Amino acid sequence: MLLAVIVVLAPFAWLLISSVAAPVDLLRRPLAWIPQHISLDRFAELTFGSSSSENAEGFRAALINSTVIASAVTLVSLTVGTPAAYAFARLRFPGRGWLILAFMATYMLPPIALILPLYQIMAFLNLRDTQLALIIIYASFVTPFVIWIMRGYIASISSDLDDAARVDGASRLGVLWRIIVPISLPGLLSTALLAFLMAWDEFLYALIMTETTASKTLPVAINDFIGRHGLDFGLLATGGVIAALPPVVIAFVFQRYIVAGLASGGVKG
Amino acid sequence: MSEAILARPRQTRQKRAWPESWVAAAFVAPAALVILLVVVVPLGRALWMSLFNIQLTRPGNEPFVGLGNYIDQLTSGDFWGATGRALYFTGVSTTLELSLGMGLALLMDQPLRFRWVLRTIIILPWALPTIVNALMWRWIDNAEYGALNALLTQTGVLHSYQPWLSNSDTAMWMVILADVWKITPLVAILMLAGLQSVDREIIEVARVDGAGAFQVFRFIVLPLITPVILILLVLRTMEAFKVFDIVWIMTNGGPANSTQTIAIYAYQTAYQGFDFGRGAALGYLIALVIMVLAAVYLRLLGRTGRT
Repeated sequence: MLLAVIVVLAPFAWLLISSVAAPVDLLRRPLAWIPQHISLDRFAELTFGSSSSENAEGFRAALINSTVIASAVTLVSLTVGTPAAYAFARLRFPGRGWLILAFMATYMLPPIALILPLYQIMAFLNLRDTQLALIIIYASFVTPFVIWIMRGYIASISSDLDDAARVDGASRLGVLWRIIVPISLPGLLSTALLAFLMAWDEFLYALIMTETTASKTLPVAINDFIGRHGLDFGLLATGGVIAALPPVVIAFVFQRYIVAGLASGGVKG
Repeated sequence: MSEAILARPRQTRQKRAWPESWVAAAFVAPAALVILLVVVVPLGRALWMSLFNIQLTRPGNEPFVGLGNYIDQLTSGDFWGATGRALYFTGVSTTLELSLGMGLALLMDQPLRFRWVLRTIIILPWALPTIVNALMWRWIDNAEYGALNALLTQTGVLHSYQPWLSNSDTAMWMVILADVWKITPLVAILMLAGLQSVDREIIEVARVDGAGAFQVFRFIVLPLITPVILILLVLRTMEAFKVFDIVWIMTNGGPANSTQTIAIYAYQTAYQGFDFGRGAALGYLIALVIMVLAAVYLRLLGRTGRT
């Protein structure tokens, strides 16, 4: 038990230490595990500091891009995904079975198979290097995931409530909005969090589609960092900690919802 | 409730409401638009591209080659080398993640005093973005100043620092280590959910009948959670075979191509070799493998969903 806890935490601890340690401490041999000089300067430089270095500006832009893109993707995929999930869970219609399989197949398709034509199409539409391009692309694989989880969640709600409301004259949309959505708030929350994390984490599409700070997301910014400052480990660690902070905090605070969402998304039909 | 009470409102409702399949179409259409437009059109275009010899270094001259790109790949040593490395990565990382994940799940399922600590922190590696995880391990494995070298020399396991990531014998193992560290907790979380759904009474009965801990696990728990294990196995195989991010950040596919998995190979063919025709064909070949695995995965999911 103790060993497992140490193995899980030690790499994190080292990343955190590296992010605040002075460069001399990190390059010492033999390595001193507890740094002698600690400073938050690099955090300030990369976030709110007045520094106008290329690093700082690029990183801040990436932080904003990632936040905007992941939030928009979450919003779009929940908005279009929830009604579809309701339809798959409750309504009978021709093609229901194969359509959900087709959606799941698109979710699992490897990005490498789509990326060449998507790159050309986005260039053709003048959307290369825009946040919108990434929002559109991410929504296409986050939405099936939302449908999959929410379909299971809605199916687990008793349909007696639906029927009662329908008898009282509510439309399907009314049932969805006034009954299903309020009851499924925990499910929607866990789905939203997972959707956000999926979009935050994506790398390959972003690597190809983005060119400047107009759309570069954090994973791409970190990739650039490695290229430019391969030896400035302290700065790399600081960038890593900042990029990791939102998902790690979300996962920690909303642990129960995340685990429930993961279980119903990954291993339950 | 009698039929007569229900009959009247149902009739009036049907007069006003749309037929169910129209409602369904309206509910599904926005999602279908978002999903299929971004997938179907490029998928068709990728197929088309894969039939031509498209070199970005030679614009305007793009002859039709039929299945030439596919035949080139299927007869090339580079392709099979990259496929072999992807399979090696998949086999080793999936095996480790499933067995260690099972161990961790069993540990967290025991009524031990500090299990809440493990249960609380276990989600952290999963939550760490893949890129940051790769960056972190790249730093830990650093040849000159890495924590791994410091740890191993200071504890006397090694005498000198090793260039873990620039040695083609160890680089792949370092990438696997990083992947296992991040993914095992996720596997453990999902396995724990499986374990907790096992009926405790069956276990109690077996215990009373004199079954030992190992027997309970082998003959009662294991068969009951086999569906979960199978699903995780297919899911992990699918994810691992198309691995890109973690390899790209840690090693760029090097040194000497020793970590060049199939997705890295496809990326390099298209974006560093500027050969879009072959790149598209490679993308299709990878997608084909993934879709076969996906079909198996969805079948397994469907089966557990029914029971």
